[in-house]
Formats: sequence, structure tokens, C-alpha cells
Amino acid sequence: MTQGNSQRLGIVVAGSLNKGVDIRLDGAVSIEDVVVGRYVTIQGQKRRFFGMITDVSLGVSDPKLAQTPPDVTDAFIAEVLAGTSTYGTVHVLPMLTIGSDAASLVEGPQPVKSIPGHYAPVSVASAQDIERVFGKEDPRRFWIGNPLEMETRLCLDLAEFVKRSNGIFGKSGTGKTFFTRILLIGMLQKSKAANLIFDMHNEYGWAGTWEEGKSVKGLKQLFPSKVAVFTLDEENSRQRGVSTDFVVRIGYDEIEPEDVALLRQTLNLTEPAIEAVYQIRRRLGADWLHILADIGEEAASELVAELNIHESTFQNLQRGLATIRRLPFVVPHAPTNAVKGILEHLDRNVNVVLEFGRYRDIAAYVLVANMLSRRIYARYQERTERAMASGAALPAPLVITIEEAHKFLNPEIAGRTIFGTIAREMRKYNVTLLVIDQRPSGIDEEVMSQLGTKVTYLLDNERDIDSVLAGVSGRSELKSVLARLAPRRQALVFGHAVPMPVAFQPREYGSAESYKEFVTSERAIQDLEKLWE
Amino acid sequence: MEERLGEVIEATTGEFVAQCYELYRLPPLGSLVKTRDEAVELYGIVYQAATSSLEPGRRPIARGEDETSEEAIYQSNPQLLKLLKSEFNALIVGHRLGDKIYQHLPPRPAHIHSFVYACSDDEIRSFSQSFAFLILLLNTHRPVPPEEITGAALREMGRVQEDRHAFLVAAGKELAVLLSDNFSQLKVILGRLKA
Ligand SMILES: Nc1ncnc2c1ncn2[C@@H]1O[C@H](COP(=O)(O)OP(=O)(O)O)[C@@H](O)[C@H]1O
Ligand SMILES: [Mg+2]
Repeated sequence: MTQGNSQRLGIVVAGSLNKGVDIRLDGAVSIEDVVVGRYVTIQGQKRRFFGMITDVSLGVSDPKLAQTPPDVTDAFIAEVLAGTSTYGTVHVLPMLTIGSDAASLVEGPQPVKSIPGHYAPVSVASAQDIERVFGKEDPRRFWIGNPLEMETRLCLDLAEFVKRSNGIFGKSGTGKTFFTRILLIGMLQKSKAANLIFDMHNEYGWAGTWEEGKSVKGLKQLFPSKVAVFTLDEENSRQRGVSTDFVVRIGYDEIEPEDVALLRQTLNLTEPAIEAVYQIRRRLGADWLHILADIGEEAASELVAELNIHESTFQNLQRGLATIRRLPFVVPHAPTNAVKGILEHLDRNVNVVLEFGRYRDIAAYVLVANMLSRRIYARYQERTERAMASGAALPAPLVITIEEAHKFLNPEIAGRTIFGTIAREMRKYNVTLLVIDQRPSGIDEEVMSQLGTKVTYLLDNERDIDSVLAGVSGRSELKSVLARLAPRRQALVFGHAVPMPVAFQPREYGSAESYKEFVTSERAIQDLEKLWE
Repeated sequence: MEERLGEVIEATTGEFVAQCYELYRLPPLGSLVKTRDEAVELYGIVYQAATSSLEPGRRPIARGEDETSEEAIYQSNPQLLKLLKSEFNALIVGHRLGDKIYQHLPPRPAHIHSFVYACSDDEIRSFSQSFAFLILLLNTHRPVPPEEITGAALREMGRVQEDRHAFLVAAGKELAVLLSDNFSQLKVILGRLKA
């Protein structure tokens, strides 16, 4: 099937607003060319409908055709029957209407409230139709890929995107990291937001994962002036040839009871041990972790007696805290202030990638991400409140990217972590999350429902699929689209920043050509900005 | 130049019977013929033809036992041409008023003794631009089965089309729609079209 303008597919023969409409294919259209996920337009009497194919089926007008099949080796018979007695049907979910008068041109596509009438003609959506729905690349919209089987560019309004927390899901190896890099480039080019990325696997800042002997450039290599790499593992970064901007150390006094609480399961702590740590912090003050580190037996007995903590609980807690103190980047006194360092960069609109080097275990990741985010968020909160009181400009939006999001946002702890707060408060203080996860069902439902835009790659666990699609209209249709995505580099995006769900192939990342395209569009934007200076 | 075939000797709303001027000069089965009723031109599809004795009671008898050929029988008995007649029946499939062709029955039947003509290739082509007449053929209850009449009519029309294959496919698709619940009948007619 060609990409020509308004190529006709067939006519509407049945349907409902909730379930979508059935299209009887014209005889000349080969059913094999009609694929799920493709966009169509339906010309109603008053307006045009824009929708997506969600199912394809075969029909016969007379059951005898199925019982005693005709001789289709006879070309004439086959040609006559195609589209008449034997026909294809496609199921389309209309999603938007496109008016043609001046007013609706300004308003843009609107959600559907009705369906086209009987026999309304249906065509493959043309490049212009898609452009009208998803917008052209412009100073706000960033090209993220192509709708499946189409050459048209799919663009995302990133200024809109960063207003809410968002999620990227999919099983391992589908393309989440690659797409996150693309989105980060988009954000650093087209939104005013600054990014803070907790880079567990050292993939975003500098040369990322090696595959088939090939490495992929990191963001700092492409946009050196806009990205800073912070590291927790200087030695590892040096070995990998990364030019780092800051070595992060965490002082004992920076760790708070809630950081420990987050790690309860990872550190095998009991609930009473968590209660105890809050008590101890209140009793001993900011230096509590330090004091506990070399507390003598006598002092310890006094403390537990005073606070009425069970001896075994205290032992349990001490074992957990020892694990934290053993993390090589956790030191009694940090020589530098990582939070201050990060804020200084973010304030200059430089994006910060914090790489973990060899410390990829989940305890380190959860501890660091939570601790830093909590304190940075507090600063944004202060600033926003101050700005609102004085009428000054709000701080530039901040987007925090975390992987393995279910470790921070599972129902047990989502209420306690800073990430749960950020997700639920929406953008009250101009801070939002970009969560990446392969097990979305592990994330608290309420948090999932707060995510504005979701990008999902293939998922094979039913519960994960359900959690990603919960609350979306046209769920069962989207489910079938999702199930048919290729195992790699095909995804479905839906929610706040797109007018309707789209199955798409993310643009390429990793070839010299692709880098050039990312960087040139950056230059173009800078040139454009210069015009206004 | 119009080819005059004969004249109407019996007429109803749905068909007419014509007698040929010349014995055996019958239009082929399925061919498009026309007759006039003042301003209205009536179109018919030949669905049946017969040659028989002019007088209903008198049956022809075998005469050729001593003749060398069949033609010789007629040469030795020139009166035969006066005793026999050729007739054909046409189902009315439409009419023309001015420039417009309607593929449904005319308001009135033909007049007796109206002349009947064969349609020219041009006329056949303009008539066959629409397939609305097919339903009139499919719904007949005549001694000749509708599959035969329909098949013959489309074959005849196909003869004069620029793209015969495209024409027959289009006609076939129209039939497939009309016979959507009767695949057996459709199959029979499609089989007749290929010839
Ligand atoms: N946009 C893309 N451009 C080029 N290759 C891609 C893209 N997306 C995915 N891939 C391929 O798929 C592989 C897995 O992608 P990755 O992002 O590492 O998966 P995940 O983070 O979901 O485990 C990559 O190594 C790469 O080969
Ligand atoms: Mg990954």
C-alpha cells in the first residue's frame, strides 16, 4: 500500500462510540496491507474523524462460501468475490474529530463525542492529517519517532510533557533507555526544564551500554555545554574515560531516617527498627549516624534503655546501618556538598547525570536518589514559595529521572518517599518525575494514575499491562495494539502530551547520522534563539 | 443505420414478443433490442426465441427423406418460408426518454406492430454503464432459467466493451452484491460469464 493522499479503504458499516466502528474494506484493498495501529480518517457528513485500526477480520456474505469454498485459482472468480462476497473488515477506534472551518482549525482536533454515519468513506490518514493531529516540529515540539508503518514524523509537545510526571515502561531490552536518551535530548532542546538523571547503569552521561562491540554516545558527548556528569565512583568513571564534573560523596549527617526506611526490605530491617531509627534521630540530632557508628556498648545500652528499644531491634538496625556506612561513597564528612553542586548546575540550566559507576546495587541507588532528591525538592519548594509570595519568577521546571521506579514507588513506601510526594503533588513546586520501569505493576496505583504521559514498550506480564493501561479509554483496543508491538524499538504513547494514543517507532539513536541530526536541530534552535536576543 | 428485426405481436408491461421479418433471422439470446412507443424507447433483452408453424394447429412434417441436403428441402418447398415463422421474446430492462436511460420498467407496454431493432454497439455501451437492470433479469420466472439469461446478456454486452475483463468483473461484483445470500446461484452465473 502506498503512502499517497487519502487512499480509500472502505466504508463504515456498523459501530458505537464506546466500541468503535466496523469498516468494510473495498475489494481492491488487500487485507494484508491493513495493519493494526495504522491511522485512518473517516469523512462524516459534518466533520472528519481520526482514528486507529485496532482489529482486522474476514467476512463472507453467505456461509456457503466458507463451507464449500469457490475455486479461487480462477482469477476471475477471485477478483469478483474480493470485497463483495468475501470481504475484509477492520475495526477502527475513532479518537478525534477534525473540523474544516476556520474555528476548528484554530482549536485543533477535538475528542470524539459521536461517530460517523453509515457508509461514511474511510481512508488511510495522509501525512497532512497526521501532522494536523500530532503537530509539526517546532520550538516546542520534538520529533520522537514515526507512527508505525508511516514516514510522517511524530512530534511531542515537550513543554507540555514536563508539566506532569511521566513514565516509560517495557520489559528489559525493548528500548526504554534509548528512548529516554531521546526524550532527554528533546527536553534539553525544547523545554525550559532542567534534568537530573539518576543513572544506575552509566548509560546517559557518557558512552552507554556496549552491544555487539558498539558503544552509544552519552548526552555529555553530544551536548558538552549542557550536560554535567556527576559520579559516585570516580575511579570507574576515569577508567571509562568519562570527563566528570563532580565527585559525589555523602556525609553521615546527610542521611535521614526516611532514607533508612526506604531501604527496609533491602537491608532486612524490621518495622520496629524503622521506628527506632526515627526515635534515635530525634534524640541524637543530625549527627546520629556518626554517633551510632562508634557507640560503645555502655552508651548503647543506655540509649536503648532510655528510648525503650528492644535489644534485638537495635542489633538489627545497627547491622543495616553498617551496610549503609560500608558504601564507599558514604563518608563521615563529605568534602563537597553534592546538593549544592547539583543545584548550581541546574540553575545554569545544565542537566546533571549522576552515574553510579560500580555501585549498581539497588540499596545504593535508592539511598542516593532519595536522599538527593529530597533535599533538592525542599529547595525548590522554598524557592517556589518565596517566588509566589514576592511575585518573582518561579524556578525553571526540574525533571528527575529514575530507573527501577517500583523500588521507590511501590505501595508500601510510595507514601513515604520523596518520589511518591512529587508524583502526587503534580507540579506544585515545578518538579516532576520521569520514571522508567520494567515492572509497572509494582508501582503504587495512585502514582500510576498521576502520570501524565506514558510510553510503553512490549510487556508480557498481564498485570503490568493492566497497570499501565488502567483508566485509559479504549483500553481493550490499546491492549491488542500493545500486545502486537515488536520486541524492540516499538512503543505506544498515550496521555496528556499527545492528542491520542499512537503506536510508533522511536527515532534512531546511535548512528553517526542520528547524532548529527540531534545536534543540528540543537544548532538550529540556538540560531533561532539568537534572533531574539 | 438501424437494423430492423421485426415487429411486436404481443406486449405486456414486462416483456414483448416480436415476429421476425425473415425466417430464422433471430437476434442472439441475451442481446439488447429496442422498440419505440412514441417518445419512449423501450429496451429489451432477448430471453427466448422460437420457430414454429404459422397456423397453430398445423405441425410441420418431415420432408427431407429424398433430398441430398437440408437446404434442398427449402429449395424444393419454397412455400415453407410462408408457413413458418420465427419469434422471440424480450424482457423489458429499461427505457429511454430523451437522453436519459432508465433501467426500470417503462410506464406503458409497447404497441402491437411497433418495429423492433437490434441495438448498435454504441447503444449497448451506453446502456451497460449501469447494472441496475440485472435485478430484472434475476427475478424472472420464465422457462429459461435466470442464470442463463443473465449470463447471456452480460456476455453479449461484454463483446462490445473496450475492456471486456473489467466490465465482466464489475458486473460480477454487482451480482455478488445482489446474490450475497445465494452463493450457489452466483457461482453458476459467474461460470457462464467466462465463456
Ligand atoms: N531508538 C533506538 N535506536 C536504535 N536502537 C535502539 C533504539 N531503541 C532500542 N534499540 C535497540 O534495542 C536495544 C535495547 O534497548 P535499551 O534501551 O537498552 O532497552 P531497555 O532499556 O528497555 O532494557 C538497544 O541496545 C538497541 O540495540
Ligand atoms: Mg535500560
